[in-house]
Amino acid sequence: MSHIIEATNLHAWYGSSHILHGIDLQISRGETIGLLGRNGMGKSTLIRTVLGHVKQRDGQIRLFGQDKSKAKPHEIARLGVAYVPEGRGVFPNLTVHENLVMAARPSATGRNDWSYDKVLQTFPRLKERISNLGGQLSGGEQQMLSIGRALMTHPELIILDEATEGLAPLIVEEIWRVIGEIRASGIATLIVDRNYHKVLANSDRALVLQKGLSVMQGEAAAIANDPKLASYLGV
Amino acid sequence: MDLSTFLIQCLNALQYGLLLYLVAMGLTLIFGIMGVINLAHGSFYMIGAYMAFALAPMVGGNFYLTLILGVVLAVVLGYVLEWAFFSYLYDRDHLQQVLMTYGLILVFEELRSILVGDDVHGIQPPELLAGTLPLGDIMTYPVYRLFVSGMCILLALGMYYVFSRTRLGMMIRAGSVNREMVQSLGIDIQFLYRVVFAAGVAIAVLAGMLAAPISSVYPGMGNQVLIICFVVVVIGGIGSIRGAFFAALLIGFVDTFGKVLVPEASGVLAYVLMALILLWKPNGLFKAG
Repeated sequence: MSHIIEATNLHAWYGSSHILHGIDLQISRGETIGLLGRNGMGKSTLIRTVLGHVKQRDGQIRLFGQDKSKAKPHEIARLGVAYVPEGRGVFPNLTVHENLVMAARPSATGRNDWSYDKVLQTFPRLKERISNLGGQLSGGEQQMLSIGRALMTHPELIILDEATEGLAPLIVEEIWRVIGEIRASGIATLIVDRNYHKVLANSDRALVLQKGLSVMQGEAAAIANDPKLASYLGV
Repeated sequence: MDLSTFLIQCLNALQYGLLLYLVAMGLTLIFGIMGVINLAHGSFYMIGAYMAFALAPMVGGNFYLTLILGVVLAVVLGYVLEWAFFSYLYDRDHLQQVLMTYGLILVFEELRSILVGDDVHGIQPPELLAGTLPLGDIMTYPVYRLFVSGMCILLALGMYYVFSRTRLGMMIRAGSVNREMVQSLGIDIQFLYRVVFAAGVAIAVLAGMLAAPISSVYPGMGNQVLIICFVVVVIGGIGSIRGAFFAALLIGFVDTFGKVLVPEASGVLAYVLMALILLWKPNGLFKAG
């Protein structure tokens, strides 16, 4: 099976605080991984480390079989790893149209199926607001824009950090529907979300973090049924 | 003031305002968008003026070749400066930016003194543009000033197009609010900012070269223009290319007509204008972008 990401023994620090204590993470093509853990257990740090944003890091990160442990964030993105960050990262001073097209590109292998039109078809709301500024959108619309923008870079993997945070229930349903569509189209995903039932139901495998260590990992269904899960998530 | 004097003053104001815009546009890119307080920006203007003087003999006195050579050198200079100094300043606080770039002013002035000397020089406009146009019955207007205005307008339109209509412009604007997200979209923001900085330097150098035949070339000429450019950027709204354009023209008219109508107060008019505008609109006339 070919891996998109193979990270081994990842460590990360913010200043003097040691956040990740040796985590392994593998993501294969087309696979969905759920990343669980309470707040402050290192989920976002793990993501930002894999993306190259955390400078104080150690361990090996292989992307598509090549060693990218020292790669810069834009190089990692160019290999086909897209990021939908917590807080959405929409550019408030760019229009919806500009947010979508500014970084659009075919994949490294030339795939070009997530066209501008297809993204607007997937998110009809964005079409109505196409010339509004990103800062004028509602939270749900910003989330759709952030996901649409990621899709237009034709990634092999999309990392979704708290994609449903602070959204109304109907919009949350809409976002999960789109995540399902993304999975169905063969793009791998790494999902972080408060609603762990939803995450596990929508993942192939899962990883549970506790104080910067991975304490459970395996088939999502098996983890969902493991009695230890509740204690790790504090529920 | 009769009509033709008024017309000539209008043309002067326009030309001064447009030239100011050219320098301020570079400052908008570097200060307003990349977030570095660049006190050395006036030095680039000074370097440009001295290039117009010192490079001309190397290209057989051809004014246009001098312009091209100067711009090429300026891009290289900007690229190297960003790599060596400015790339370390983005995340630093304003005090460090001020200290670093003030230091650069001293270095540039000293280098200028060593390489070209401290004399004041006059520069002749090229023959083709040296003439005057009749304006009314007795007044005339120098063709070179019209040429400078035309060049400024062309550059302003070009920059506006790049900034507001191209993907490059979108990336630059996006980078001003969220560098990390821009990187995560696969854009090498370090390289992008290096290019933007080089462009900002090149524009200021070009402005200095264009201004040389009008204002003469003298030590410290950059510092005068620096202060008024910060006024332009602040009045226009920090980070706004459009704002800088209108603010520069406004300053051009206020300064030019101030000198004619209230010569005693002309030195402070631009600053009074800034104070009034900031009282009315504390963030300047336009929003960033």
